[in-house]
Amino acid sequence: MSDAAVKANGSDASVIEMRAITKIYDTGKVKVEALKGIDLSVGGGEFVAIVGPSGSGKSTLMNLIGCLDTPSGGRYHLKGEAVSGLGKNALADIRNRRIGFVFQNFNLLPQITAFENVEMPLLFGGVAKTRRQHRVEEVMGRVGLGDRMHHKPTELSGGQMQRVAIARALAMDPDILLADEPTGNLDSSSGGDIMGLFQDLWKQGRTLLVITHDAALARRAARVVEVRDGNIVRDEPSGA
Amino acid sequence: MTRPRFGLVLLLFLRSSRVQRKRAILTIAAIAWGSVSLLLLLAFGEGMKRRMTVASAGMGENLAIFWPGETSLTWRGLPAGRPIRPRIDDIALLEERGTLLRDVIGEVTNDRIGYTYGRKTVNARLTGTHVPYGEIRNHIAQAGGRFLNSQDESGKRRVIFLGDELASDLFGKEAPVGRSILVNGLPYTVIGVMIKKLQMGMYGGPDGGHGVVPISTYKTQFGDDRLQNIVIKPRDPAQMALAILEVKQILSGKYGFDPKDERVFGVWDTVKSSGMMRNILLGIQIFLGIIGGLTLMIGGVGVANIMYAVVKERTREIGVKMALGARPSWITGPLVLEGLAYTLVGGLLGMIISVTLITLLGMIPTEGNKALEFLGKPTLSLPIGAATAALLGLIGVLAGYFPARRAASVDPAETLRYE
Repeated sequence: MSDAAVKANGSDASVIEMRAITKIYDTGKVKVEALKGIDLSVGGGEFVAIVGPSGSGKSTLMNLIGCLDTPSGGRYHLKGEAVSGLGKNALADIRNRRIGFVFQNFNLLPQITAFENVEMPLLFGGVAKTRRQHRVEEVMGRVGLGDRMHHKPTELSGGQMQRVAIARALAMDPDILLADEPTGNLDSSSGGDIMGLFQDLWKQGRTLLVITHDAALARRAARVVEVRDGNIVRDEPSGA
Repeated sequence: MTRPRFGLVLLLFLRSSRVQRKRAILTIAAIAWGSVSLLLLLAFGEGMKRRMTVASAGMGENLAIFWPGETSLTWRGLPAGRPIRPRIDDIALLEERGTLLRDVIGEVTNDRIGYTYGRKTVNARLTGTHVPYGEIRNHIAQAGGRFLNSQDESGKRRVIFLGDELASDLFGKEAPVGRSILVNGLPYTVIGVMIKKLQMGMYGGPDGGHGVVPISTYKTQFGDDRLQNIVIKPRDPAQMALAILEVKQILSGKYGFDPKDERVFGVWDTVKSSGMMRNILLGIQIFLGIIGGLTLMIGGVGVANIMYAVVKERTREIGVKMALGARPSWITGPLVLEGLAYTLVGGLLGMIISVTLITLLGMIPTEGNKALEFLGKPTLSLPIGAATAALLGLIGVLAGYFPARRAASVDPAETLRYE
């Protein structure tokens, strides 16, 4: 749980292992094939940007990686563990321990303080009170908001809110940080800060997956995966 | 990790966002109203039941009253259609031979007897009877007086015990005991006046309106030896049917009739009729309970409604918690608690209002108002409180459970997408 435990850069043990993943939305009348057989491996410590136009299937892919949704076909292993076929409680535990989500619209709970927001995954993880306190202070310090812990989200700026959300995502020391358009709702200066923060986290050994339209953010990633019409059409190191 | 984490559920409940105040107040008011109507109806039912139980015991408990009739079956060569008229001395026979009978008394009555005190005369019923009548027929003397005793009977004394209404008709505010009145012209000494009682079952008329004299005195004055009624009280109320048969068997030998002939005596078995009465009262209470329960259930629908609105409002919050790793039960648990909280707060409020109202209603005097006298005072009892609390709990859980189930089916992928 401490930062010392964070993995070394470029570890070859793959965190995400997807084989022939399909996702079909069946609305009764129409069947929409959102993903048509995705093969994707992401190693520990990688910084991957997933890009593509809207409707390409990249959000669906993110939901599957984040265990918010289950694939229609194919195999998905997360850190060696088969995810397909797990029950609701087991999936909840995986989201809690292995995945840290960062959303475009922050998704902080407005009625509780930043501290309590960051504490939430630790509560779900059954972490004892004193360790929770300690851990929240640690990750809030990491995102540079040690002095804003007892503010409510409405009292914070957009950039600060996103940093609280990143602290929340880091709280349980997950295997992957999964970010969906993390800079989409921010002005360019705050967006730049967040991009810097992501890069710092990567340099400390975090595995990051970022879904983005933002070419600047995508350039900062080490690897760019482009999704189009439910297929991966490009998977290469970024030009940066 | 599979054990339920109540502490977490409670903490999540305490930290969940608050519902709009106006909506919450309306919902709590609906539950409070439902509880008030349930409690008031049940309390009225209970008060009425208690009063009815007292009233049905007013005539005396576990009695059978016999009215002589005529035979409808032939018996050992005797034809049907013969009237059977037991006499006063048959009571001694029944006392001697009856093994199941605790008390046996006979009654001779006349409805048109003139009672005169000073210059005032009223017409009323006079009953001549045996001494145990006072106890089994619940004729309890007011302070300063007494009922008939065996000396009165053996000495054929001209003493009279008056019903309370008859006494006040004759004497007004004067104290009757020890005074002399004329009964169809002959002087009698008043030895006691009956304590006012609530009486539902009766034959001949209410006990408050008649005078009672020793049966021996009655026979001496009126020459009447034929009993209008025989009243028995069995040793064991459960053996009432056998006791009734025993009376018929003893008398059948003397008068010659088939003991199985149903027409020789009309019999009123108060054990049977008070059992029926209890069932009717229970039925009324159940009916009132159902009406009150339905009103409360409407309040429950209100809670369910607000909880559905809560789930809809908090869809994103629920999705976020799911993404952060909340298990379905950690989503549903706090919502069920919330529904339960509204219900219990409303219920508690309703109970406080009901207790206040019932206490106030209890202060209204019922004396002198016949309808109120029989309706009784609304009364709360422990079973009523427990039943209401249980119903509130059930409604609260259900009203929270179904909306919570919808919350658990929220698709986080759907709700977290940026709109």
